[in-house]
Amino acid sequence: MTDTATLLEVKGITKRFPGVIALDNVSLSIEAGKVTALIGENGAGKSTLMKILSGVYPDFEGEIHYKGEPVRFTGPKDAQQQGVVIIHQELNLIPYLTITENIFLGRELVTQYGTMDKGRMRKKTQELLDRLKLKVNPDAQVFKLKVGQQQIVEIAKALLTDAELIIMDEPTSAITGSEVEVLFDIITDLKALNKAIVYVSHKLDELFRIADNYVVLRDGKSIESGEMAGMTHDQLISKMVGRKIDVMRKTADRAVAEPLLEVKNLTLKSRLKAGNVLDHISFEVGKGEIVGLFGLMGAGRTELLESIFGLHPAHSSGKVSIDGQPVCCDSPSRAIAAGLALVPEDRKKDGLVLGLDVKNNISLTTLEEIENLGTLSDAKECHLADHYISELRIKTPSKDQKAKNLSGGNQQKIVLAKWLATRPKVLLLDEPTRGIDINAKTEIYKLIIRLANEGLGILVVSSELPEILAISDRILVMAEGRLTGEFSASEATEDGILKAAIGVSPATDGGQRSAISGQTL
Amino acid sequence: MSQNIPSIAGEKPAGDRLPPTADGRSVALQGRFSIARFQSLIALFLLCLALSILSDKFLTVSNLWNVMRQISVNICISVGMTLIVLTAGIDLSVGSVLALCGAITAGLLKNGIEIPTQNLYIGFTVLGAILAGGLTGSALGAFNGWAITRFSVPPFVATLAMLTVARGLTMLWTGGFPISGLGETFQFIGTGWFLAIPLPVWISIVVVALAVFLTDKTRIGRYIYAIGGNENASRLSGINVNKVKIIVYTIAGALAAVGGIMVTSRLDSAQPNAGISYELDSIAAVVIGGTSLSGGRGSILGTVQGAMIIGVLNNGLVLLNVSPFWQQVVKGLVILLAVIIDKANSKNE
Repeated sequence: MTDTATLLEVKGITKRFPGVIALDNVSLSIEAGKVTALIGENGAGKSTLMKILSGVYPDFEGEIHYKGEPVRFTGPKDAQQQGVVIIHQELNLIPYLTITENIFLGRELVTQYGTMDKGRMRKKTQELLDRLKLKVNPDAQVFKLKVGQQQIVEIAKALLTDAELIIMDEPTSAITGSEVEVLFDIITDLKALNKAIVYVSHKLDELFRIADNYVVLRDGKSIESGEMAGMTHDQLISKMVGRKIDVMRKTADRAVAEPLLEVKNLTLKSRLKAGNVLDHISFEVGKGEIVGLFGLMGAGRTELLESIFGLHPAHSSGKVSIDGQPVCCDSPSRAIAAGLALVPEDRKKDGLVLGLDVKNNISLTTLEEIENLGTLSDAKECHLADHYISELRIKTPSKDQKAKNLSGGNQQKIVLAKWLATRPKVLLLDEPTRGIDINAKTEIYKLIIRLANEGLGILVVSSELPEILAISDRILVMAEGRLTGEFSASEATEDGILKAAIGVSPATDGGQRSAISGQTL
Repeated sequence: MSQNIPSIAGEKPAGDRLPPTADGRSVALQGRFSIARFQSLIALFLLCLALSILSDKFLTVSNLWNVMRQISVNICISVGMTLIVLTAGIDLSVGSVLALCGAITAGLLKNGIEIPTQNLYIGFTVLGAILAGGLTGSALGAFNGWAITRFSVPPFVATLAMLTVARGLTMLWTGGFPISGLGETFQFIGTGWFLAIPLPVWISIVVVALAVFLTDKTRIGRYIYAIGGNENASRLSGINVNKVKIIVYTIAGALAAVGGIMVTSRLDSAQPNAGISYELDSIAAVVIGGTSLSGGRGSILGTVQGAMIIGVLNNGLVLLNVSPFWQQVVKGLVILLAVIIDKANSKNE
C-alpha cells in the first residue's frame, strides 16, 4: 500500500428516486492516506453519495471499486465489515451506556464461557482513547461527555473495526474551537495510518486546512475534483454554485438609531449549579440596527435570546422594554404580543413542525389572523403562504409540501416567514445560517439587511466571525455570561472580537486562543 | 404600530411566480395519496365482501344496523383517543371513565341524591342526569390533562392511574351492583330510531362531524397536529401547549361519558364492569386508521374506518361461529398487520 494508492473508486454512479435523479453519472476516486473534501450545496447529492458509499442505498447504477475489486455493499453493516465507516452529523451513540459499551456495541468480546469480557473491552477502549488523546474514563456514560468528546468516541469506534475509509459528515458543526483542533490532530494521525477520509463540510476554511483533495458535486453531477493546494475560496465557491456570487455585503455605518429594544440587568440563574448563566446584561438594539452577538460555546448567547423571549421566567430577572414600554415576557405568546420574534438555533428541533406542510408551518404563529368566524380560512392561509414563498424565495414544489422535504436553507426561510408573519419589531436570530449552503446564506444575509432597512431591530447570534463582521452595524461580545466587548462596525476586527470572546477569565488556557483563531483563520 | 410593519409583509403576493421545484425528492411523493389514503377503506370493503359471501346473515338490514349500533360507542371513544394520540399522548382511562359516567347518570336518574342529615333530596331529569354524567367525564379528562401538563407525568402513567381511580369510584358509587330500570325515555338514546337510523349512529355521526370540523377547520385542531409533530417548536411559536392538551383530554373524557351513556341506555343498566378493555379497542381503531402513535399524523376519518373494521370483524367472527378465543387472536393479528402496513407507507415518505 503506497501513500497515493486509490482506495475506493466510484465509476459512473447514478441513483434515481421516483421522479428525480439524485446522482447523475458521478465518478470520483478516494486515496488512502488523504483527506478528500466532498463539497456541494445542499441538495447537490452529497448525502445520497455518502449513503451509497456507506451501504445505506444498495441499489444504484454504476460501479464502486474498493481496493481494486468491484464491490457492492449490501447494507451499512456489510460496508462496516469491509472497512467503510460513516460518522454522522447527528452522532449515533447510546447516551446512557458507557464509552466502552458504546464502542463494543454489537461486537462485544466474550470470555470462553460466553459472558462478556469486560476487562478486555475496557483495556482495548483505554488503548483507543489514549491513541486519540481523549482523557476520559472508559466507564463514563456517553451523555456526560461534550459533543466533541462524543465525536472522538465515534472515531474510536471506527478505529476498532479497522476502518479503512472514514466518512465524516459535518464533523465540526457542533464543536468549539479547541475541539476542532483536537479533531484535526486526530485526522492528521489517521492520515499517517494510511486511512482515507472523506470530509463533508460547509466550512471552506476548514477544508483548506485539512483536506488534500476535493470533489465538487453540483445538481447530482461530479463537477470537478483535484488537489486542494492552489485552490482559492472563490474558485471553490464558483464551482459549487456554478456562478460567481458576492459573498457578503457590508452595510454602511448608520447614525445612532433610536433605541427599540432595551435590556437592563438581565440575569439568569443557573439551574444546575450556583452562579449565573447570564450576569447583569444590559444593552440596546436600535430601530433598523443589526446587532451581532458573538461568543464562544457556553458563553450564554442562546440563553440570552431565550431569556429575552421569556423562556426562562422562573430563573431570570432584569428589565426588557420595547419602544420604551416594559414588557413582561413570561411566555412566548406574551413575547410575540410585545413584538419579539425568535428564530431558534436548531430549526428541526425548535423551529419547524417537520411533518406539517410549508403553508401550515408559515401560518402557525398567526392562526388567529387567518380565521373567519372561528374557522381557519384556506384562502387566507394560502394567500399568506404564497406571499412569503415568493417574498423570501422559498424553493418548494408547492405550499403543500411537507417541511421535512425541503433543504436546510429553505427550511430556515420558512422559520423566518413564520416569524415575519407576526410583524415583529425585534427579530432575535440564533445562528440563522447554520448548516445551510452558501447561496442560501447570502440570501439570508440580504434578507436580514433588508429587514433592518425596513425598520426592524435585529439581534443576530452567530459563531461565524466573518458573518458577524459582514452584516452587523454593531457587535456585542459575550464571555461566560457577561458582555465583554462592544464594537462598532468600523472598529471591529476579528482579533479584537476574539480577545473579548476569550474573555478576561483566568480559567482560559493559553491553547484555546490559537485554536479559536485557527478555526476562523 | 404600522410603521414597524416591514413592507415585506405588506406587498401583494405574486402567486403566479411560484418558484421551480427545488428538491426533486418531493415530486415523488405526490403520487402517494391515491392508495395510502383509501387503504383502510379498501380493507373494510374487502372484509364486507368476504363476509357477505361467507355468511348469509351478514348482509341483512338488521345485522348491519346492529353492527353500526355497536360500533357507535367505540367511534365516540376513539374520536377522543385520536385527538389525544395526535398530540403524541394516550388515554388508558377511557373504559373506566365510561363506566363511571354511565353509572353516575344511571344512579342520579334512578335514585337522585339523598342527604339524610339535611333531609334533602334532589331528583334528576333525564337531561340533568346526562349532563351530570357528561360533566363527570369532562372533569376526569381535565384532571388527566392537568396532571400531565402540570407535573409532566407521562400520559401513559397519568391515565393508567385514572383507569384504576375511575374504576374504583364506579365500584364505590354502585356498590358493585348494576343500576337497572332507567325508564323508556332514557332507553331511547341507545335503542331508539330517528329518520330510520338508530340514534347511537346519529350521535356518532354528530361527534365525528364535530371532530372533523375541529381538526380541519379550527385553530385548536391545527395546534393539536403541531404539538404532536413538534412540541418544542409549537411552544416557541407562542402556542399554549398545556392549554391545548388539557382541552384535548377534557374532550376525550366527555366523549367517554357519551359512550358510557349510550352503553347504559342500550342495556337499560349501568354495569360496574362496563367498558373494561375498551381503551384497547379504541387504540386499535386509532392505529388501524393510520394515526401515528408518536403524534402529528393521522385523521378522525381514518379512525372511523379503523373502528368500522374492528366492528365488522367482531361481528363477522361471531356470525362465522369462530370461537371467542380465536376472535381475540384474529383481532390482535389484524392490529399488528395494520401497523406493519402503515409503517411501510410512512417509510415511502
